[in-house]
Amino acid sequence: MKRFVLAASLVFAAGTAQAGATFDTVKARGLLVCGVHTGLPGFGAPDEKGVWAGVDVDICRAVAAAMFGDATKVKYVPLTSTNRFTSLQSGEVDLLSRNTTETLTRDTTGVMNFGPVNFYDGQGFLVAKKLNIKSALELKGATICTLTGTTTEQNLADYFRANKMDYKPVTFEKQDEASAAFAGGRCDAITSDKSQLGAIRGAQLQNPADYVILPETISKEPFATAVRHGDDQWFDLVKWSVYAMIEAEESGVTSKNVDEMVKSTDPNVQRLLGVSVGAGGGMGKALGVDDKFAYNIIKQVGNYGESFDRNLGPTSKINIERGLNNLWKNGGLQYAIPFR
Amino acid sequence: MTLRATDRPSGVPWYNDEKTRGVLYQVVLLAVVLFVGWWLVSNTLRNLEQRQISTGFGFLWREAGFAIAEQRIRFEPTDSYARALIVGLLNTLEVSAIGIVLATLLGTVVGVARLSTNWLIARLATVYVEVVRNIPLLLQLFFWYAFITQSLPGVREALHPLPGVFLSNRGLAVPVPEFNEGQAWALVGGAIGIAASIFLARWARKRQDATGQPFPTIFAALGLIIVFSFIGWLIGGAHSALSIPEKSGFGFSGGAELSPEFAALLIGLTVYTAAFIAEIVRGGVLAVAYGQTEAAMALGLKSGLVMRLILLPQALRVIVPPMTSQYLNLFKNSTLAIAIGFRDFVSVDDTVMNQTGQAIECVALIMAVYLTVSLLISSFMNWYNNKVALRGSTR
Repeated sequence: MKRFVLAASLVFAAGTAQAGATFDTVKARGLLVCGVHTGLPGFGAPDEKGVWAGVDVDICRAVAAAMFGDATKVKYVPLTSTNRFTSLQSGEVDLLSRNTTETLTRDTTGVMNFGPVNFYDGQGFLVAKKLNIKSALELKGATICTLTGTTTEQNLADYFRANKMDYKPVTFEKQDEASAAFAGGRCDAITSDKSQLGAIRGAQLQNPADYVILPETISKEPFATAVRHGDDQWFDLVKWSVYAMIEAEESGVTSKNVDEMVKSTDPNVQRLLGVSVGAGGGMGKALGVDDKFAYNIIKQVGNYGESFDRNLGPTSKINIERGLNNLWKNGGLQYAIPFR
Repeated sequence: MTLRATDRPSGVPWYNDEKTRGVLYQVVLLAVVLFVGWWLVSNTLRNLEQRQISTGFGFLWREAGFAIAEQRIRFEPTDSYARALIVGLLNTLEVSAIGIVLATLLGTVVGVARLSTNWLIARLATVYVEVVRNIPLLLQLFFWYAFITQSLPGVREALHPLPGVFLSNRGLAVPVPEFNEGQAWALVGGAIGIAASIFLARWARKRQDATGQPFPTIFAALGLIIVFSFIGWLIGGAHSALSIPEKSGFGFSGGAELSPEFAALLIGLTVYTAAFIAEIVRGGVLAVAYGQTEAAMALGLKSGLVMRLILLPQALRVIVPPMTSQYLNLFKNSTLAIAIGFRDFVSVDDTVMNQTGQAIECVALIMAVYLTVSLLISSFMNWYNNKVALRGSTR
């Protein structure tokens, strides 16, 4: 039914979302409308108190902090994997921050622009330990639970084709139903992005210790935020809000020490926090917002590392390694473009 | 006395003239319809252009790149999106066709059972109807799916009631004859059997019309079809090799498998729709005047014969029109398949839409397919309705 609404939005919607309009629209509205997951712990889900939390949600909060100086000025719109792109295209949301894999097709035919990658993920397999399987290459002839409407279905087919193995897919629309079928023994393995497998194991299976994520990563899944194509000013703000969080971690600025770091003599930190502003204005002015935009983000949301630890780190339910998501200095891929 | 435009008494303005006003309303209605149609089309095209979405059905010939477990025709990830959609459509048609037949049989039995003079049977049928038709179908599908996958044992502990038959939460695996060209003769034999049965039925009717002697046509026809098929099979070389399922690796190899998803959907649709059909059948039978029953009993017919020869044929005239709606409902309800992981047309279309981003085209395909099949079902039922309607009746 939802998909019908999407097509209908293309048929009925009066022309919205003109190029360059989003920045002004959001500013005038005083509220950011952010498309997030319907409920994926660690990425986008309401916590026990009903407050949205997760690394994707933190991007929404960072953009709101940059724009309004207030990270709470966000309205969250939960979107399924099927309706997320149309919601963005039809102007229902200003920003899509919902563990969305950036691909060439989505970038070109989907009429979107992708911001910086905020999480490097990859597709893997979760199996019961009692199967005694050490590698995904032993899954020949297995029945595998998967979700419709995602890149996982295609990656799965590619992987088994490349390795000349056959398999039986059982395809569901919702993660809960796929997890339930897997837990009930309908499938030998369930496939999804590894971060999601961690969430399934931690939150949806009765004895997490009885299951193991196989070592193979069969696809590259760089999760990035997306905005509408041709909306450059808005795109810039989203992009540099994400980089501000990464740059803050690189420079050692955290939500706790940011007020002292303002006094830092390091020119990098001074530029980031909007302390040294040249005659023509600082970094914020160039983006059309307050020069203290990065300060506001760090103060209210935290740097990239803080956001990761809070939502996905050892103290969270998900408990996954930083791995590729470490800073480049520490052997990972996260790298901020210079603030100068 | 009718007033014509020329009869208009002087003093009545032209816009109050009946004929002029009629024409005016038609013109206004047509203009509104045309404008709304034009607006919808042009707005869609403008929105598509603004979002730089390319339109057209060319994507259907691109490689699908995903696999479908449930397939009636061979499908590989290297095949096209169009073929994937056909696989989905065949799955939809299969489950709907079998569901319609089973729901009709079950519904008729339950409907007649509700009228039974046996207190227990009538009450059981009532409970069935009231419980089943008042619970949402989606919940029932979840129930049947969970029932099958949770209550049956895993593959390694599969139930093994007969040699070569395995029942587990992966479905039912049964032996099937291995395909051999000689077996085509069995089909030829079967066709001859069917043709012979038709002639037999005509002869039997003529004889009954002439002499009143009944003839066990159904049993004779079944016998003819079986005997001729068997002869054909012998002529073809009597190949008796069976493909027998065996446990191997994660599942079974060989034989044919019935998946839990298909079974759950079929059971769910059948049980649910049968409850509505039962009420239609009951209503149809009750619509036949009680005098018919009394007259039949007075002739000495047994109650089974009264139902089969007197009541049901007359009840059909009342039953067929509402039955059409139930068949259409069952067909459309089969789209709930996606919730329990069965690859019907909508489920496959969903994947195609997400991989290609062609939302308008994919939704248009769904509308076209369901509209076409629904119209086919209803025109078939209308034809059948005309056939059972009273001859020479004017409506």
